Amino acid sequence: MSLTKTDIRNLILAAAALAICALLPLGDNGYWLGLGVTIAMFTTLATSWALFSGPTHYISLATAAFFGVGTYVTGLGIDALPFWSLVAIAGLIGAVLAALVGLATLRLSGVYFVIFTLGLAELVRQSITWVQNNTGQKGLYVLTDLDEAGIYWWLLGLAAAVFLTGWLIGRSRLGFALRVIGDDETVAAHSGINTARAKVLLFMLPGAVAAMTGAILAPRYVYIEPSLAFAPILSFQVVIMALLGGASRLWGPLVGVIPFTFLLEAVSSNFPNQTTLVIGIAFLVIVYLLPGGFVGLLGKILHRLNAREGA
Amino acid sequence: MDILVTGILLGGTYALIAMGLNLQYGVARIMNLANGEILVAGGYFAFIAYTATQLSPILTIFLVAPLAFALNSLIYRVMLQPLVNRAKSRGQLESDSILATFGLSFIGVGLMLSFFGGDYFSYSFMAVPVEVLGNTYGANRVLSFVMAVLICGALYLWLNRSRAGLSIRAIGTTPASARLVGIDVKALSAFTFALGGAVTAVGGALISTYLTLDASTGVVFTLKALIIVIMGGVGDVRGTIVAALLLGILETLVATLLDPGLTLAAAYVMFLGILLFRPQGLFGKKPT
Repeated sequence: MSLTKTDIRNLILAAAALAICALLPLGDNGYWLGLGVTIAMFTTLATSWALFSGPTHYISLATAAFFGVGTYVTGLGIDALPFWSLVAIAGLIGAVLAALVGLATLRLSGVYFVIFTLGLAELVRQSITWVQNNTGQKGLYVLTDLDEAGIYWWLLGLAAAVFLTGWLIGRSRLGFALRVIGDDETVAAHSGINTARAKVLLFMLPGAVAAMTGAILAPRYVYIEPSLAFAPILSFQVVIMALLGGASRLWGPLVGVIPFTFLLEAVSSNFPNQTTLVIGIAFLVIVYLLPGGFVGLLGKILHRLNAREGA
Repeated sequence: MDILVTGILLGGTYALIAMGLNLQYGVARIMNLANGEILVAGGYFAFIAYTATQLSPILTIFLVAPLAFALNSLIYRVMLQPLVNRAKSRGQLESDSILATFGLSFIGVGLMLSFFGGDYFSYSFMAVPVEVLGNTYGANRVLSFVMAVLICGALYLWLNRSRAGLSIRAIGTTPASARLVGIDVKALSAFTFALGGAVTAVGGALISTYLTLDASTGVVFTLKALIIVIMGGVGDVRGTIVAALLLGILETLVATLLDPGLTLAAAYVMFLGILLFRPQGLFGKKPT
């Protein structure tokens, strides 16, 4: 692997940004750290979402399902195993689950995939509720000595790993294959790319990451029950944030996560009943006003400026 | 036997709802994920009409249908037509319309929540037992089923026997060629989308006579309707009816024998089977 000067500069800048973010818990331990955890969580989820959905244009709504599975891994294993191993196990289970979903649906057209993932969280929730009802168990307590700052650092580490993976995929054969698939799937298939295999492989990434995020955040909930762990709204929030920022660039989702987190925070504390309405409007804004997200908008502005200078 | 009849009665209404979605997706090419909210709105309308003026839901549907038709027509012209116009490919229209109708669905839920609150609503309409094949069932269920059969039958005849129906089926098969033989694809697509919405809203009014609904249940019905449409084959009326009845029976089977909380899981098992073995639908032909 050869690194150009810009590559090295970008890596150093990214590492510096990460180091600055890691200092947050030293400054504040209350409101801002809480917000930091939320932003770190959505950055991780939205960026990994965009790694799959950006090039393939497949809208995945499975985030909540994987996330919930991850919280349950922590909930069930916290008394028996160390925390880090639970995060790893959650990642493994998430990847396997994503591979199964991918194998069933990604050979077919995108609509089947959307529909299947739409109900996935509800499906897993119903199954877990049923098992709990039959075994007489209700919820799970997660008691650890991991505090908010610890959760924040874990998430930050995961986010850094996601960015690094995304950057490496972009440079790999798989990344190239995916860009061809995104442009024209027929062309990709004719030039010898195994399209189904590439898509399934890539879909395992957001699956694993969402499950790991769930596993890391479980201690924050303290008490886990199915309707909390598998709240379907999470999947939609992730889609909106990623598309609002723009799924075509690695850093795109981050640009969407930060303003939308603040917006949701403001709406839910002032008008708690109107969050669904805000999410609905956000979808329409993305489709009608910002089809390429903020990244696309920026591209258009730059393009126009360049054109003017040239003329 | 009991399970079979209850399942078929439920499946009849499902068929009506899925028929609405199938018209919208099969002909107008809009994967309408706000379909369930139209259904719940139809249910609310019947509920209000019944509790306020004692208007029978059977009569309410004659009000619901034109209202839903007008609303869906407006939605199509204002929001979806621009997407159809700008789409370069089928795939782009699909993902655009999925996102846009998600937005509509959330706005629908949000509006209904702020107007009616998040409580479940139900009313007692014709909750008297009738005897069918030796077992007793609620008269409201039987009546809803009969109405659903009548409407589905009328739609089926209209699509297969009339000239307008022929044009609509032509658009469903190949929109590009339909234009060449002088069919006004734009106007008919808008009409079919609105018709689909009206059919779904009527289904909602009927289903509200015997099921408890609330502002956010729409998505469950959307999901079921989608599964039925895929199973029956896009644009295939006969397949939709068979798939809806199968789903109704399977759900009732799971609810009575296992657990009422597992009905969606049952629908998913069926969906998975279709995806793995017959992705072209029950009666669909294999793509060459």
